[in-house]
Amino acid sequence: MAVTTQPKLDAQRIRADFAYLEELVNGKPFAYLDSAVSTQKPRQVLDAMREFYEHSYTNVHRSVYRLAERATEGFEGARQKVAAFVNAPSEREVIFTRSSTEALNLVAYAWGLDNLGKGDLVVVTELEHHSNFVPWQYVAKRTGATFRHIPIDDQGELQLDVLDSLAREGTVKVVANNLVSNSLGTINPVEKLAAWAHEQGAIMVVDAAQAAPHRPIDVQALGCDFLAFSSHKMCGPSGVGALWGRRELLEEMSPFNLGGEMIRSVSIDKTTWNELPYKFEAGTPAIAEAYGFGVAIDYISEIGLEAIERHEQELVTYAMGRLAGLDWVTVYGPPADRRAGIVSFNVDGVHPHDVSQLLDWEGIAVRGGHHCTQPLMTRLGVSATTRASFYVYTIPEEVDRLVDGLHKVKKSLG
Amino acid sequence: MNEFDQLYREVILDHYKNPRNHGLLDPADARAEGQNPLCGDEITVSVRLGEGDVIEEVGFDGRGCAISQAATSMLTDLVKGKTALEVAEMPKEALLDELGIPLTPVRLKCAILGLGVIKVALHKAKGTPLPEEWGTSTRDLVLD
Ligand SMILES: Cc1ncc(COP(=O)(O)O)c(C=O)c1O
Repeated sequence: MAVTTQPKLDAQRIRADFAYLEELVNGKPFAYLDSAVSTQKPRQVLDAMREFYEHSYTNVHRSVYRLAERATEGFEGARQKVAAFVNAPSEREVIFTRSSTEALNLVAYAWGLDNLGKGDLVVVTELEHHSNFVPWQYVAKRTGATFRHIPIDDQGELQLDVLDSLAREGTVKVVANNLVSNSLGTINPVEKLAAWAHEQGAIMVVDAAQAAPHRPIDVQALGCDFLAFSSHKMCGPSGVGALWGRRELLEEMSPFNLGGEMIRSVSIDKTTWNELPYKFEAGTPAIAEAYGFGVAIDYISEIGLEAIERHEQELVTYAMGRLAGLDWVTVYGPPADRRAGIVSFNVDGVHPHDVSQLLDWEGIAVRGGHHCTQPLMTRLGVSATTRASFYVYTIPEEVDRLVDGLHKVKKSLG
Repeated sequence: MNEFDQLYREVILDHYKNPRNHGLLDPADARAEGQNPLCGDEITVSVRLGEGDVIEEVGFDGRGCAISQAATSMLTDLVKGKTALEVAEMPKEALLDELGIPLTPVRLKCAILGLGVIKVALHKAKGTPLPEEWGTSTRDLVLD
């Protein structure tokens, strides 16, 4: 009989890789519960980037000398890692961008401006991050297309029963959704949406900024057309992100940024575009950052994405259990088993800014704000929430400290 | 004094829990609303002006952190009896001195939100000068 062992992550061992944990805040150990905003960086990534800068660095794709070759190998090696990480059919479909935001803007502009018009529908959701909401709102406005959203229910889950009536309003051309909501942690039914989008003849654009760090991703299984994510949310450096796109679509699309590197030939009257992925990579890219992104992918892949997912699942279940015991705390979003390692809540009568200020004095970093999801905040009827988010280095003791801290908040301001 | 007592001085907590001049005036001679894009704090200020554009009555509404709401409450006391021009020219230090608390750059934005809003209200209604640092961006994306 086959024995299955579930991989388990050793957070204590992982914590040795992160220098921030050696620091004290106000004489207290630092509990970083804001990984959804950006993760901390392990020494492995930082060391590798330093080594790259010291021994393999110059611009890429340009010169013939040895160093240039090494730089290009490092950069293109990272592209292969990104492609493998999301199970892309080809690394030529992986475009390095500045971030998820730039990747999503790329699709909205380069695909949207040429393919949208009157009578077309652009469909987003009520829980999108502004970066997968505003570009579509803007491009819809520019092209005369209609901008619609899929609402959520009281648990923060998408109400897919509106799809039929949306389809009657016009030709659905774009469906844009995040795989994991950064505010509520909701895991969204992207496969279902992708299938529906394709029935309508629409493209499916997935914002995986909060999913890629935390769970295995397979663009072929998701059935999407574009997928965006950011290095800095998955142990890598900031300044670099990736867009995966279906080859046929990328081939047909006009470029986004124009300039060096993205051309095949230029003359006074005519310019032709470079092949994929370079057509979409104008100018000098974030070279060492892309390299570091690849190292970060190695780092989290070695821990194992299933193990990370399970670790966060345990933490979020524990945190929601503890918060449920506080009747002066309101937790937003779905039950623990249908969310990633993110918990948004409010303390009765205390604004999230004040909550996070007081928690900071306890050495606990959480985010208070609208998390770039104002339409969602409006739906929840609040102007902001406090959000705790977890990653590979988070331990249950830090959740306990959060709860202790909230008792202090309640006592001082509640 | 510990950090809590420094930032959340008793007077701040008092203004937060019992805001002065709370509630919007209707009708009003000047009115504006503003948000802090960082955290979503919202404040609306309305003003009634008397002879010589002296502020006779002021009312505000909003939601946000203790600092933003308390600072606006204090501000409403501070501006009463001043002319529109005096408020337009009021430096943020005038309010910050009144608050008397140490503020990080992020919290500073909370503290001066209400002051910016009243300056915009007076600018719109009375054409008082509005230096760029207080201005709001134009050309919003409006969907019809
Ligand atoms: C769900 C989601 N989408 C997009 C983004 C934007 O990512 P970036 O700021 O790296 O472009 C974020 C980051 O906050 C996010 O959480």
